[in-house]
Amino acid sequence: MIRTVDLTKRFGSFTAVDKLNLEIGRGEIFGFLGANGAGKTTTIRILCGLTRPTSGRAEVAGLDLARRSEQVKRSIGYMSQRFALYEDLKLRENLVFYGGLYRLGPQTSLNKAKPYLERFAMERYTDELVREIPPGYKQRLALICALTHDPPVVFLDEPTSGVDPQARREFWSVISDLAASGKTVIVSTHYMEEAEYCHRVLIMRDGISAAQGSPAELKAAHGVGSMQELFLLLASGE
Amino acid sequence: MTLSPPDSEAGSKVSEAAVSLKGFSFQYQAHPAVRDLSLEVQNGIIHGLIGPDGAGKTTVMRSICTLLDVAEGSVSVFGLEVNKHRTEIRSRLGYMPQRFSLYQDLTVEENLRFFARLFGIPEQEYARRRETLYSFSRLGPFQNRRAKALSGGMKQKLALSCALVHAPELLVLDEPTFGVDPVSRMEFWDILHDLKKQGSTILVSTAYMDEAEKCDHVTLLHKGRILLDGDPARILKNWTTNIYSLGSDAPRELARFLASQPEVLSSQFFGADLHITAKEEIGATKFRSWQAQCPSLRKWEKIPAGMEDIFLELMENDQDR
Ligand SMILES: Nc1ncnc2c1ncn2[C@@H]1O[C@H](COP(=O)(O)OP(=O)(O)OP(=O)(O)O)[C@@H](O)[C@H]1O
Ligand SMILES: [Mg+2]
Repeated sequence: MIRTVDLTKRFGSFTAVDKLNLEIGRGEIFGFLGANGAGKTTTIRILCGLTRPTSGRAEVAGLDLARRSEQVKRSIGYMSQRFALYEDLKLRENLVFYGGLYRLGPQTSLNKAKPYLERFAMERYTDELVREIPPGYKQRLALICALTHDPPVVFLDEPTSGVDPQARREFWSVISDLAASGKTVIVSTHYMEEAEYCHRVLIMRDGISAAQGSPAELKAAHGVGSMQELFLLLASGE
Repeated sequence: MTLSPPDSEAGSKVSEAAVSLKGFSFQYQAHPAVRDLSLEVQNGIIHGLIGPDGAGKTTVMRSICTLLDVAEGSVSVFGLEVNKHRTEIRSRLGYMPQRFSLYQDLTVEENLRFFARLFGIPEQEYARRRETLYSFSRLGPFQNRRAKALSGGMKQKLALSCALVHAPELLVLDEPTFGVDPVSRMEFWDILHDLKKQGSTILVSTAYMDEAEKCDHVTLLHKGRILLDGDPARILKNWTTNIYSLGSDAPRELARFLASQPEVLSSQFFGADLHITAKEEIGATKFRSWQAQCPSLRKWEKIPAGMEDIFLELMENDQDR
């Protein structure tokens, strides 16, 4: 579903993503781990067609990013690290707006969102202005907005940061259902227990790939008992 | 403006709470955020506020920081009513809101220096703090980068550094570790403990239950009320539910199987493991019979309750969430 070859992004003389090679299959939950500034968001933004790589190539959903980034944008769902919601619109209006971006009619957008609103027990907020609802609920809404158009590939940049422990489990239950239905999910997180729920993970360090593999494989290869230990070993670069 | 916490008057003030809320209620439009809440934050401790999203944590913090009009009940800080002593209280506390704004066009170092000046930190003192803060944030190599070009977590760490550049008597931090990576999170808590040693009182909210365990006192808010309050070590020790950690190669399948077992009150994913809670002890015979029916069950072990277990159990018991 996703393939990158020597993907590189420089900002001036600083290299944020350094010759990254990835291959992510259909139905996979693929985790991006790494210290702050490691290059996770930059990589995700490139793969979403939001910023161009300095060099290297990438294919998303069978489309070459360099030539067909507009089409890529339409075949993916993207939840950004910081909310991109309209604070002065109601929750319902945000759903309609985001659905509209992907050519869904208002009713379709709301119908598609309904099961998720139920699942997150947030129907009571439907007619609230987004700026009035608690941040953890905005985050649930941002996730729903990324999913209503049924994209085959979903990028979730720290979906669970700042979300309460019970809701985090609900997020992951949604993620695992998405993967089970054949969707590909790329998700970044700073919760190392959540890394365990991924089929495979990439640990980034200063823009490079420090390790890639399934959590079980990586723990065994490095002789550690948990992803937390693995992170301390590989991600901090000391 | 107080630059460092007063230690001389510690003797006389030790019993007086830094913060005291009595029968405090607050509502935004139609939604009650906090209901009849009474809460004290003792001097010189790290007091954690936890609770599900929307429980009222931010409202409590904003009231303490004199940002709300307290109409019902009372809120006082340093023994002063927040409605009457805004200026004095504000000069003695430091507040980092959930979404702190940095000067996006200033560099990392310029932001830090700006806040140091704002708080009137002497140059020598600044040089010392700066070093500690850079070593936690790892932003040293990026001193000259503009704030807007930082990653999400780097921005959060810079905001935190700006809030920690002085050591006020009371520090109120609303989800300070949002988006901060695991290594920096540990170092951040070391800094909080240092500040406490220097005499600051710290009120901090968090979505991380491992952080709640690092506090001297923790309050769990739910629907604007207190559900749990006390020393986390004691809460954990006295928790009566039996908790077992189960290992499986197919945890989701195991969870489905356990849902039909009457002994199991609830089961929750914890990374690669599954935690189950039970009223009664579960013996090895039972586990073996489960294993016969669900062979992916590899291992089981009774474990002491963690704050996340407790949090989930309390939320689970509250049906109409
Ligand atoms: N426009 C820019 N100009 C200069 N540097 C940039 C720019 N955008 C990002 N960077 C730098 O690229 C690096 C990688 O940033 P990125 O946002 O990808 O990190 P991340 O892994 O997502 O971190 P976090 O965990 O904090 O979200 C950082 O050092 C960041 O400061
Ligand atoms: Mg990021």
